[in-house]
Amino acid sequence: MTPGPTSTTFTRWLGAAVLVGMVWLVVFGLVISPDDRVQGEGVRIMYVHVPSAWLAYLAFIVTGIASACYLIPRTRSLTWDRIAGASAEIGVLFMGITLVTGSMWGHLSWNTYWTWDSRLTTTAFLFITYIGYLAVRGLGGSLQQRAKRSAVIALIAVLEVPLVHFSVTLWRPLHQDESVAKGELENLMLFSLFVGIIAFTLLYVWLLLHRQRVMSMEDAVAERGLDAAIAERRSEVAR
Amino acid sequence: MEQVVRLSDVVAVLGGFPVLAGATLSVESGEIVLLQGPNGAGKTSLLRLCAGLLPVERGDATVLGVDLAIDRRAVRPLVGLLGHANGLYGDLTVDDNVRFWGATVGATPDEVAGAMDRMGLSGRLAPVVVNKLSAGQRRRTALACLVVRRARLWLLDEPHAGLDAAGRDDLDATLRQAAASGATVVVASHELERAGSLATRVVNVAGGQVQP
Amino acid sequence: MSPWRIARLVAAKDLRIERRSHIITNQVLPFAALVMVLFAFALDNDDALTRVAPGLVWMATLFSLVVLVQRTFAVEAADNALDALVVAGVRPEGIFHGKAMALAAQLAVLEAVLLAAAMVLYRVELRGEGIALLAVTFVVATLGLAFVGTLYGGLAAGAKGRETLLPLLMLPVVAPVLIGATRATEAALGTNDATPSEGWPWIGLLALFAVLFGAGGTYAFGSLLDD
Repeated sequence: MTPGPTSTTFTRWLGAAVLVGMVWLVVFGLVISPDDRVQGEGVRIMYVHVPSAWLAYLAFIVTGIASACYLIPRTRSLTWDRIAGASAEIGVLFMGITLVTGSMWGHLSWNTYWTWDSRLTTTAFLFITYIGYLAVRGLGGSLQQRAKRSAVIALIAVLEVPLVHFSVTLWRPLHQDESVAKGELENLMLFSLFVGIIAFTLLYVWLLLHRQRVMSMEDAVAERGLDAAIAERRSEVAR
Repeated sequence: MEQVVRLSDVVAVLGGFPVLAGATLSVESGEIVLLQGPNGAGKTSLLRLCAGLLPVERGDATVLGVDLAIDRRAVRPLVGLLGHANGLYGDLTVDDNVRFWGATVGATPDEVAGAMDRMGLSGRLAPVVVNKLSAGQRRRTALACLVVRRARLWLLDEPHAGLDAAGRDDLDATLRQAAASGATVVVASHELERAGSLATRVVNVAGGQVQP
Repeated sequence: MSPWRIARLVAAKDLRIERRSHIITNQVLPFAALVMVLFAFALDNDDALTRVAPGLVWMATLFSLVVLVQRTFAVEAADNALDALVVAGVRPEGIFHGKAMALAAQLAVLEAVLLAAAMVLYRVELRGEGIALLAVTFVVATLGLAFVGTLYGGLAAGAKGRETLLPLLMLPVVAPVLIGATRATEAALGTNDATPSEGWPWIGLLALFAVLFGAGGTYAFGSLLDD
């Protein structure tokens, strides 16, 4: 099997849709939508921050579902493992973006880089948990071992994150300013936000498909390496 | 004669490396089979596979009636593996260790005492902390733990290492006695002298395969 | 052999090892006390110390938990004993509960010492009305920590090259325990004018955590061991 591009007709159309979506987002987010009465231009960070957060949580849910699918004997397949891993990588990236943009937004609006409100804190925890998940994926061993280990860790994380969120919410009830910021969105801003979410979701699917296919090729290389290694090992005897 | 071990073209992988590259082996009940071969040949991996520790990547593997590709966990209570490490708790005494392992299978105090006796561990050595024992004494303690667990298939990886001449002869006698009382023994060793005195059959392992 | 019997065996074995080696008493407890002293150096304010004492006690507990978990699995890894247990087909649920129980017992001793240290070093005072809440908090939190520690320990501790993974995996997960236990302890001690009645809801969180990870760990421990 010679490695080829990971794109198909579907992903090319999808990629085009992503580009269009992003252009729309830029136009709506930076140009058409109005300034916020209170926050001014700064509110535009929301058009990156909120879709990023949405994408990060979506990726997290997909990792959880894919991990469960791998562990159920009837649906066990390494494809689920690769989807889980690819989704986690994308999720970590966008969680990072969420945290950074959130921090920037916080600085612009309330002059602090960080607040301990439940949503931001839970996201930070999710971020660290997923870095741990990726570290576990890197532990080595056979593909099946990697898949089983990370699936178990992912499902424990699914247990853990609501708990963290719940406890942080009890600890610091929703930050007051946040409800103010969310409460007064004009229709145009809402629409721009909607465009952003759609565009980012398409981006996520596109990234996931490509990354999953690259992983599949990486695993195939490892397998092929295995055949070569087996042949070489057998030839040890001949010496 | 019951077929205790039946491996057919088995491939096993450890960290991407094919430690077994198509191994075929048959062992019947009551045999003492000696696996010989240089370091890195795959003897240890063969033993660990039979113990249900190594996943079967390709090929068929049946041990004591259990298909290892389907459920390698099921074979474990039936099998005793003694590898390079002894599986002992260094901070506990010989007595503690053998008793612990005996308790995992519900062995009676008599069985525990008997196991320690057979390995020459009763008396002076019993209350000694394992960390303070010599290598040979630790090996004997590990074997006592194997005996007390009533394993039907014994998989021993270089068991003679660290034993003096008397210890080795003792070990051989124990193994022959175990085989006579129904256990099957597979020993991996790169010592050629053992072939005559111990084994009923010698098998050569090289390059992750068993030589016909 | 039922998992429960195995659990008792394994727990007894772990505690016996500690009795003979005294690692906890000679190394971990002094470490925990040292952490408490270092907090005082860092915070350098007696009033602040008394106010944040509950948090510091639980932080010191978490740091010590990492060390305890590493120890309990190092004991197994030293001569491949855990491998041997797995090879022997000993039920992993039994091993999980046994090691968790032993870990809980060791944690309980550690926490008692830390509480005493807080009373001495940070001038924490116990109130009669908060004693029940305090006791329940410690018990329930300890259970949760023991389950999580044993679960992640099985994966990360003891195996070469993985020790550094343990804190990274385990500490985010025990964050709810830190929050819940600290708030409940504050309520029990009357810090920041909290009353015991405010503490009991947090016990619910701690109990939920312990139940979830007790169940989850029972199910998952076997797979994580099966390397």
